[in-house]
Amino acid sequence: MAPSTLLKAALIGNPNSGKTSLFNQLTGLNQKIGNFPGVTVDKKTGISKLTSSLQAEIVDLPGTYSLYPKSADEQVVMDYLFDAFLKGAPDFLIVVIDASTLERNLLLFTQVRDLGFPVVLALNMLDLAERDGKKIDINKLIGKLNVPVVPVNARTGEGIEQIKFAMACPVHNPPERYLKPSELSPGVVSAIKEHMKMDNDYMALLLAHQYEGMLSLSEYDKAAIHAIVKDNQFQSTSTQSSETLKRYDLIRGIIKDTISTPVVSSDKARWSERIDKILTHKVYGFALFFVVLFVMFQAIFAWAQYPMDLIDGLMSFLKNIVKDILPPGSLTDLLTEGLIAGLGGVLIFIPQIAILFGFIAVLEETGYMSRVMYIMDKVMRQFGLSGKSVVPLISGVACAVPAIMATRSIDNWKERLITIFVTPFMSCSARIPVYTVLIALVIPQKPILGVFNLQGVVMMGLYLLGFIAAILSALVLHWILRSKERGYFIMELPTYKMPRWKNVGLAIIEKVKTFVFEAGKVILAISIVLWVLATYGPKKGMEETTQAAEQEAKVKHYTPSETENFIASKKLEASYAGHFGKLIEPTIKPLGFDWKIGIALITSFAAREVFIGTMATIYSIGDQAEESETVVQKMRSEKDPETGQAFYNVARSLSLLVFYVFAMQCMSTLAVVYRETKSWKWPIIQFMFMTAVAYLSSFAVYSFFK
Amino acid sequence: MGKVQKSVADLKPGEKGTVCCFKDEIMSLKFLEMGCLPGSEVELSHKAPFGDPICIRVGGYALSMRLREAATIMLMD
Repeated sequence: MAPSTLLKAALIGNPNSGKTSLFNQLTGLNQKIGNFPGVTVDKKTGISKLTSSLQAEIVDLPGTYSLYPKSADEQVVMDYLFDAFLKGAPDFLIVVIDASTLERNLLLFTQVRDLGFPVVLALNMLDLAERDGKKIDINKLIGKLNVPVVPVNARTGEGIEQIKFAMACPVHNPPERYLKPSELSPGVVSAIKEHMKMDNDYMALLLAHQYEGMLSLSEYDKAAIHAIVKDNQFQSTSTQSSETLKRYDLIRGIIKDTISTPVVSSDKARWSERIDKILTHKVYGFALFFVVLFVMFQAIFAWAQYPMDLIDGLMSFLKNIVKDILPPGSLTDLLTEGLIAGLGGVLIFIPQIAILFGFIAVLEETGYMSRVMYIMDKVMRQFGLSGKSVVPLISGVACAVPAIMATRSIDNWKERLITIFVTPFMSCSARIPVYTVLIALVIPQKPILGVFNLQGVVMMGLYLLGFIAAILSALVLHWILRSKERGYFIMELPTYKMPRWKNVGLAIIEKVKTFVFEAGKVILAISIVLWVLATYGPKKGMEETTQAAEQEAKVKHYTPSETENFIASKKLEASYAGHFGKLIEPTIKPLGFDWKIGIALITSFAAREVFIGTMATIYSIGDQAEESETVVQKMRSEKDPETGQAFYNVARSLSLLVFYVFAMQCMSTLAVVYRETKSWKWPIIQFMFMTAVAYLSSFAVYSFFK
Repeated sequence: MGKVQKSVADLKPGEKGTVCCFKDEIMSLKFLEMGCLPGSEVELSHKAPFGDPICIRVGGYALSMRLREAATIMLMD
């Protein structure tokens, strides 16, 4: 029988407090990711079974140091709490506290408590506190805070049952008021309370500070609060700083008797610092970072190959089964060539995305990623980026969609915008098949310096080219965009820890889900649209073409399969996609491209690797097991109608390669940029800029090698 | 006003100081919520390559910041 009662709870706490580990312990695989209303920050929700008849739905809120948000991530916390405040949910807030930095962590606790929410305090990392020589008297802490305090170890799972118990059997404590907001700014608090018809002083004060950015506040209420704030000459900055100081005074009073601190910090506390001395060293630090990058890329390219081949094989298998079972016709074609092919185009990237984000999760879990941001910040800043841009740029090598979502931790808008803008220049997985085919076409398998292969070197060069384009574009934007907004790089460097594999695993699942649902649905939709465009055309033309092709095939004594492929290629030429290709031919002629490449450029909008499938159809190869090798052979034998020489000469192929390095050919990325920047302005500028860079570079390359 | 007041940006690795006040009010809000308060003892732990950003120890943990930000945390004499 299904449990009848569902409690609602949310996890709140400082970054690095072990909040996500606790969330994973409480919910396991019962997690789903959605979006917080109005914003794209992932909302992780999980179900935790408390007793046989009681379940709790738990939301994992982004980490924050206070209720005064300074980044897009942190704003979500405030929006959630305000929403919850209006609706009377959640039943519980579980405040996760890092015991080793108790004082700082309690700031958020007293703020949350002042909002009147029922609170359970999860005291995490007691082992770390003890290692530092700090002893915390938990009974005294319970007495002082007047809320249930549960010691937990989110890493080992200790105390999880007690947290569940505390939620299942709530103790109703009268809400504590730590701060008296009416003392800080009496007029404002009472006026806002009256206007909003609410009884919480602290929420009124928070609204006075933050009404402009609050998602759930109507324009009418915003205007009213604006007037109140103005009438009372409310000083947001100084009020906030005296609030924080007052709270720290209170906290010191609370923890004075409950915690015993050693006079000198113990040696073990300095352990992390000593590792830092090596990992942030100007020689060893950078050297290690490059080794890590090298291993990571090696893993993406080498290890991912096996699962990718497997997925590829499975999809062809599925396609053939459907073809065998269903009668031939448009519907079968739509299923096999549109839907299954599109689905395959999504699934094929999962291994690389999983491996890359697995690596990133490990680096984040251990605390090393913060050090990478730390050592890279000065360099990145020269280009208008931040040390925190490193993660999105590296992630961009797998897929720009989750990479752009990872920019949310950058609190300066200008730095974040530039990072979003340049990330799609990083060569993503979808470009690899295109690179492979084109390199195989013109670059000989020649050893260089004995150990390297020329093809491999060119491949690396293309990645480097993408990276340089990203960095230089950042520089251009840095010069153009003027911003008075302050960028913070004030961040905690967490102590080094062993990674928890469960967290790594769940992080991988989360990123893959994000990719499949965000990029995947667009890729799938566009694949189907493209299939329609490539299959249908102006009615009369299509029939005539088919008949003419059948005639020609008969004359030339083609085998049945050759005939089929020949007709397919002729049909593509007559289809809407073919018309589009011919329509843009004059524009791309200066780059050395003809209408056939034009079709491939258009279809690449679903995902760049569609290029190969399109080429296969255009050159009437049809479905063959080793598609990409056959494509290379076919393309190699294609003759230029004007000169009679090979059509895909060095100039043309390099021009095409360069075009694929720079061009913005990904609808999913544009959609994500739109959502992250909340306007079409940036995706449009990005699209035009990248296309312009691609066009001009291709033109230059083609003219040079011609 | 003979001597120029020192800020966290002037500390050398291993050197300690006590926070007295902040030069930039808006930036100070971030420092305050991170537990870097007037009266707190800070120690410069290490500097990133090229000398910026820097990492200090305060309140029992490591806090990194850019030099420009560190220059707004003034120290007692």
